Amino acid sequence: MVVGLPKRWSLVGFVIAFLLLTPLLALLTLATLPDGEVFAHLTNTVLPSYIANTAKLMLAVVLLSLLFAVPAAWLVARCDLPGRRFFQWALLLPLAMPGYVVAYIYTDLLDYPGPVQRFVRSLLGATSPADYWFPDIRSLGGAALMLALVLFPYIFLLGRTAFMEQSLSLLQASRIMGASERQSFWRLSLPMARPAIAAGVALVAMETAADFATVSYFAVPTLTTAVYDTWLGYGSLASASKLSVIILLAVFLLIYLERFARRKQELFQRQALTGQIPLLSLGRWRWPAFGFCLLLLLASFILPLGILLDYAIRYFGASWNSEFFQFSWNSFYLSALSAALCVLLALALLYVGRISPRRIDSWPARLASSGYALPGTVLAIGVLGPLTWLDFAINDLADWLGREGPGLIFSGSVAALLFAFCVRFAAIAIGGIENSWRRLSPSLDMAALTMGKGPLSMFFLVHLPLLRTGILAALLLVFIEAMKELPAALLLRPIGFENLATHVFQYVSDERLEQGALAAIVIVLVGLVPLILLNRSLELKAPDSPVSDSPVSDSPVSDSPVSDSPVSVNPMSPKER
Amino acid sequence: MSTLSIQDLHSDYRGVTVLSGLSLTLAQGEIVALLGPSGCGKTTLLRSIAGLQGISRGSVAISGQLVNDASSGVFTAPEKRGIGMIFQDYALFPHLSVADNILFGVKGLNAKERAARLDDMLALVKLPGLAKRYPHELSGGQQQRVSIARALAYEPQLLLLDEPFSNIDAQVRRALMLEIRAILKARNVSAVFVTHSKDEAFAFADTLALFEDGRIVQHGIPETLYQRPKTAYVADFLGASNYLAVTATPLDAGYRIESAIGSYPFAGLTEAPSRGRWLLRPEHLLLEEDAGGEGIILERRFLGNGCHYLVQLGEQVLDIHSHLGHLGCGARVRVTADVDEPVLFA
Repeated sequence: MVVGLPKRWSLVGFVIAFLLLTPLLALLTLATLPDGEVFAHLTNTVLPSYIANTAKLMLAVVLLSLLFAVPAAWLVARCDLPGRRFFQWALLLPLAMPGYVVAYIYTDLLDYPGPVQRFVRSLLGATSPADYWFPDIRSLGGAALMLALVLFPYIFLLGRTAFMEQSLSLLQASRIMGASERQSFWRLSLPMARPAIAAGVALVAMETAADFATVSYFAVPTLTTAVYDTWLGYGSLASASKLSVIILLAVFLLIYLERFARRKQELFQRQALTGQIPLLSLGRWRWPAFGFCLLLLLASFILPLGILLDYAIRYFGASWNSEFFQFSWNSFYLSALSAALCVLLALALLYVGRISPRRIDSWPARLASSGYALPGTVLAIGVLGPLTWLDFAINDLADWLGREGPGLIFSGSVAALLFAFCVRFAAIAIGGIENSWRRLSPSLDMAALTMGKGPLSMFFLVHLPLLRTGILAALLLVFIEAMKELPAALLLRPIGFENLATHVFQYVSDERLEQGALAAIVIVLVGLVPLILLNRSLELKAPDSPVSDSPVSDSPVSDSPVSDSPVSVNPMSPKER
Repeated sequence: MSTLSIQDLHSDYRGVTVLSGLSLTLAQGEIVALLGPSGCGKTTLLRSIAGLQGISRGSVAISGQLVNDASSGVFTAPEKRGIGMIFQDYALFPHLSVADNILFGVKGLNAKERAARLDDMLALVKLPGLAKRYPHELSGGQQQRVSIARALAYEPQLLLLDEPFSNIDAQVRRALMLEIRAILKARNVSAVFVTHSKDEAFAFADTLALFEDGRIVQHGIPETLYQRPKTAYVADFLGASNYLAVTATPLDAGYRIESAIGSYPFAGLTEAPSRGRWLLRPEHLLLEEDAGGEGIILERRFLGNGCHYLVQLGEQVLDIHSHLGHLGCGARVRVTADVDEPVLFA
């Protein structure tokens, strides 16, 4: 730390944190404003059912995810499952699938005109829907199933790690004290993995509460769709904010639960890793277990991706056009700018926090990270408030000066999107870079300072070169998340602006995803990149492997489940020959 | 002129008082060991000298230049103090080669002079030919040598060493310590060396400054601290000690000491508490086989250059180092003291 660091450094940190917090503060302020009875009207009519739908959806998604994820996690972690190593990473892939794309594909398959019902009809000789019963995919249950198919990997990932890292000596102790394999599972392994599973459940519930596209496609009214409709339908920011605050309450509660569960998990995992736990022999259950995992993978990833590829090939001519390039370019430059901005902000915040002697200077980075909790729809409302105010202020000022106002230069331009993406994704950059920074021994700073370098040259000569990997990883992750982000883009894009995500959603809504399949595949492929990184860092985590850097760990991101990796190998640690 | 002068230094870290009223003066070329148990404030003092940590009271001057004074608000940034620092984890920059690490703090030289300085430094720490290596390609001992070279390359007025040998293998530690001490002595560098090991302090330093609760209780050459400690804390920290209850009565010249091992007149003693405790190191007590003696051997440990005995004497058990090797357990012995001037605590 730098004794006597000028206060202006602290100011930089707090100004950045304040800017990134404005949407949250705006939401809380707007929610207290009068809104001309809109909210009262909602409360009296549809709000209770929206809340109930959201709650039911969260519960159903969590239950289904548990059903998919926990057995799969146990099988790949501890049993002699055929293809065990393959499933260990393959079952993470569904995370890259946007829920609304999966929903569209299953609707196509399972709806009345779809191939499945056609087959059922030909089997039963039925001619109309009244002749037979078939579950309706466009329902709350259907939405829950779709979301569970793409969200269960959170629980799978955390559960898998927890099951794998349980200590062999604990298990041996349990067996020596007379517990059978089965009893050891119920009395030892499962309870020890419970905090990890609970953390996964909290993440799944949080993502469900934040989902907009899937429920919107299935026309299941929830709180997120209500926020969207209230803003676009009534134009009432105050009412939309009130609804947003309800969602935020749920989200913050879940974040708290997740943190709590994770702390507990860290206590459980602190046991030394003592050797490989021998795999449990499944016997005649081997192939049924394999079938379960394969079916899960087929349903959640292979089938949807296959159908997307089929669409993309068949409609290649219709989708490989200048529009596609325009939208790709829009996605690209927006994401690249967001990534660069987020990394710059993170570097500034974290550097001040690192070198400042004032403890309060570690707050800005924490505060600035809270934006990640805002679901896209909620964030959009929070961004619109301050930016609209700023635009009006500028135009009023122009009026007063007797000039023509510049129009909606912030709220009506790409700047709004850029700002929203920074608010939401700064946390990813902060988390990732902080992790790399923490691995630099404080004595490096002291060495540089005593050798005649001031704080700025220390940053450029020592820290920046050493943070390169962390910075690259952060750039990449923010870029990817910004490519995938849909609801904020939908609400904040300027008129006529489309990027890949809004483009795909438009086609989904118009029931002709066939023509947007190419763009959807791009989104899925981009989404696979962090999973590959994540998996690599997990493989490296195996004991005794020379871990150099795991770029994906410790970010409060959707992929944070593995962040508990205690891989903080000090690059400075002495290497004796 | 003293290289380092610390007056009445106070420092708080996050509300906890770490240093309270500490003073220390270091002569040019002196190597002082700050010795004390972990958490007693040694490292805090080192960082305060370097300007890496603030102080709440007192002052620090380096080569007569006031660099930190709490009352007048003088504060010189660490990069302007002209000090070198050596760390426990070496703190070599992993992205820089050995050469770039060594030249990191060197300023105002042209390319040729820099190359000459680098060669000079590598020769000094006996690592010629390793300039292009990276820190992770070196052994721990080599890394610590590079960090010494790096700290000396820009010719600091004062060198600070924060437990520099604790990560070095025990087999090579002593040789490395002597080698680095020789380097510092050859360059007449003043140094402050932090350690919790008295053996390291004896081997490396000219003087010892023993820490207790954020202040220095005694500063002097090792012999003085060992033979004439000011308090029992100092005595115990530096070696095994026996305390015998004594009474002292004045003589015409000096005092007579009465104890369980007899009565001894000390003509040179100028003052003594009438009742007190007499510090006796294991080598200050002599054993003699004597069937009528009051001591009984409890335990015998062979040390090579003699034996270490535990001897029961009345209520007390004494540590005694003796060249006699044949005394078995249960043997009766007579214990006497062999001291020129006794150390007495009240």
